[in-house]
Amino acid sequence: MKKTNRRSFLKSASLLGGTLFGWGILGNAKKASGADFSGHPDRFGMLTDLTRCMGCRRCEEACVDTNNLPAPQISFEDKSVFENKRRPDSKTYTVVNRYYDSLWVEGPVYSKVQCNHCEEPACASACLVGALKKTPEGPVVYNEKVCIGCKYCINACPFYIPTYEYSNAFHPKVQKCFMCYHKIDKGEVPACSGVCPVEAITFGKRSQLISLARNRISTRPDKYLDHIYGEHEAGGTGWLYISGVPFERLDFATNLGTTPFPEFTKEFLAFVPLVLVVWPTLLGGIYLFSKRRDEVSMTDASNQNRQVDQS
Amino acid sequence: MNKQSRKLAVVGPWIRENLLLGLNMREYIKKLISPFNIVVGFIVIIGLYFIILRFSRGLAAITSASDVQPWGLTLALGLFSVVPLSASGYVLGSAVYLFRLREYYPVVKNAILIGFLGYFFAVVFLLIDLGRPWRIYYPMFVSYGPASVMFLVAWHVALYLSCQALEFSPSAFEWLGLKTFRKRVLKINIGLTIFGVILSTLHQSALGAMFLLMPGKLHPLWYTTYIPWLFFISSIAAGLSMVIFISWLTKLFFKRRADSNYIKSIDNITLGLGKAASFVLITYFALKWIGLAQGHNWNLLVTSWGLWFLCEILVFVLLPCILFLIGSRDKNLGLIRFTSILTIIGIIINRLNVSLIAFNWNLPHRELLHWRELIVVISVFTFAILVYRWIVNRMPVLHEHPDYK
Repeated sequence: MKKTNRRSFLKSASLLGGTLFGWGILGNAKKASGADFSGHPDRFGMLTDLTRCMGCRRCEEACVDTNNLPAPQISFEDKSVFENKRRPDSKTYTVVNRYYDSLWVEGPVYSKVQCNHCEEPACASACLVGALKKTPEGPVVYNEKVCIGCKYCINACPFYIPTYEYSNAFHPKVQKCFMCYHKIDKGEVPACSGVCPVEAITFGKRSQLISLARNRISTRPDKYLDHIYGEHEAGGTGWLYISGVPFERLDFATNLGTTPFPEFTKEFLAFVPLVLVVWPTLLGGIYLFSKRRDEVSMTDASNQNRQVDQS
Repeated sequence: MNKQSRKLAVVGPWIRENLLLGLNMREYIKKLISPFNIVVGFIVIIGLYFIILRFSRGLAAITSASDVQPWGLTLALGLFSVVPLSASGYVLGSAVYLFRLREYYPVVKNAILIGFLGYFFAVVFLLIDLGRPWRIYYPMFVSYGPASVMFLVAWHVALYLSCQALEFSPSAFEWLGLKTFRKRVLKINIGLTIFGVILSTLHQSALGAMFLLMPGKLHPLWYTTYIPWLFFISSIAAGLSMVIFISWLTKLFFKRRADSNYIKSIDNITLGLGKAASFVLITYFALKWIGLAQGHNWNLLVTSWGLWFLCEILVFVLLPCILFLIGSRDKNLGLIRFTSILTIIGIIINRLNVSLIAFNWNLPHRELLHWRELIVVISVFTFAILVYRWIVNRMPVLHEHPDYK
């Protein structure tokens, strides 16, 4: 069988292991430094007060305008859209849905759906080219220039938010709300928040929005449930919600837990450098061991033959 | 004789001998027009048509991919199922070259070829499904996302594909008569084998680890923190079963390309591999149960999902485990071969469950299958078989090249 001398074997194995090890460490150092990082203190967020929204859909209109999205087939004044529950899609970053229950004395509840801009986004941790990123300012943004279209972000998102342009053959993009990053960058307020006639959508620093939400809940405990959705869900989201009716009745995911989603794969990623270091040694050892065994049994056999010859 | 015609005099017989199977062009083309070739050619052409459609009109033209279910059959079958089945390369490679189990040497080249082609076509499937496949090298050279498990998969599959190409290359060099290249590659063979095992361990498990990020979407019976281990261990069983199954097929259909040593040793190798597969499957089975216990999901076993889960691990894991054991004890080759098929189906069912069927199980409306996508998958598989046949008919895979014995 193939001959490999020990030196060349060790040389190639150690070279290989070394490179991989270095790469593994580099990859991990970045993660370790982020372990206790609780986010940029001045990051922005949004607060939707579901008790205030009256379903005028001006936020949808403003969103379409500012992001140059195609106009919808049903006009923004047409209330018939509420007959079905809608989801954001590749042409719509946000939608408002209507929920109704005869027990709700205040009438129907309107709920706005869009990207929640997680504090530690699953989509960004899933992205193998770093196209999706949580900015220090708060929005989770997307760099179309490096996206390869693997769509892992879409699977990773616990809120089913990112969408894809499946009918675009040449420049398909991931689409979702980017919290009007282009406007925030210029010191402006996101379009939906600016246009809302009843101040149901408040833009501000996340820390201040949480105080604001607490304040509203504590001054009107009869009106609000004592729960800020997004404060802890999936490790916390940039977009927060307060409501007078239980969130699960409004199709909010209430089973997400409080662990940031990137944590779920960290254990595995930490295991990677271990394999890179241990496997070469272990397998190389097994190889040398079995090679030696073969050599010994060969010399034994030839010794026996010689003895037979001599006798 | 001038230079050109001398060149032609050398090249002509070489092409005839090495590309046209010793026939002249007319005989070769005549031989190509067989009922089998016409049927598979037809399948490949239809698939090609839909692939062209996909690249001119977007993924929506051939898949049922949606904003909630972006991955369909192309990845579920073409990548998540094909990659474990292509474990044959690293499993046999480590058995023969690292553990030095020489009795398996006759099948190792074939096992590596199966592995290489498996990975190659997994990448082909990936290229079909990626939104912008022309950027496939981006994770390596343009933009990095080291916190992503998929980043790991991308790197390792790319490296392993190259690694397997090198591992198989001696057979190709023997065929081309490139003795120096062959010698150089053989020198680093052990390094390549070890490198291959490392990469396989990591990306086989990483394919499972990708689903760790989706605890709410993958059904709790399949979602366990052991999923990377389950993917890795089951890949060993899949690789072993593939070697048993394909070796049998080569014995049936490629007897002319095999030497007597290969044909003689297949039966014994089948027995050994069957026994090994049995051990691997019992480990896999045990770990499946531990994963279940860890999640406290016993109550889910009585749901319809539970029945499907039990079917997967009883009919397609435990049963083949027992049958392999009985087969190797009784030296029942037919039983082992049957069981290898059962195991292969079982692994495919598992990967389909994780990546497609039990994924997004809680959504009310799901479209998992588009007939055009299915045709594309079948067509690419058919093409893969044709490539395998082309190689085995020409290169010393099932036999030793007479010059290098």
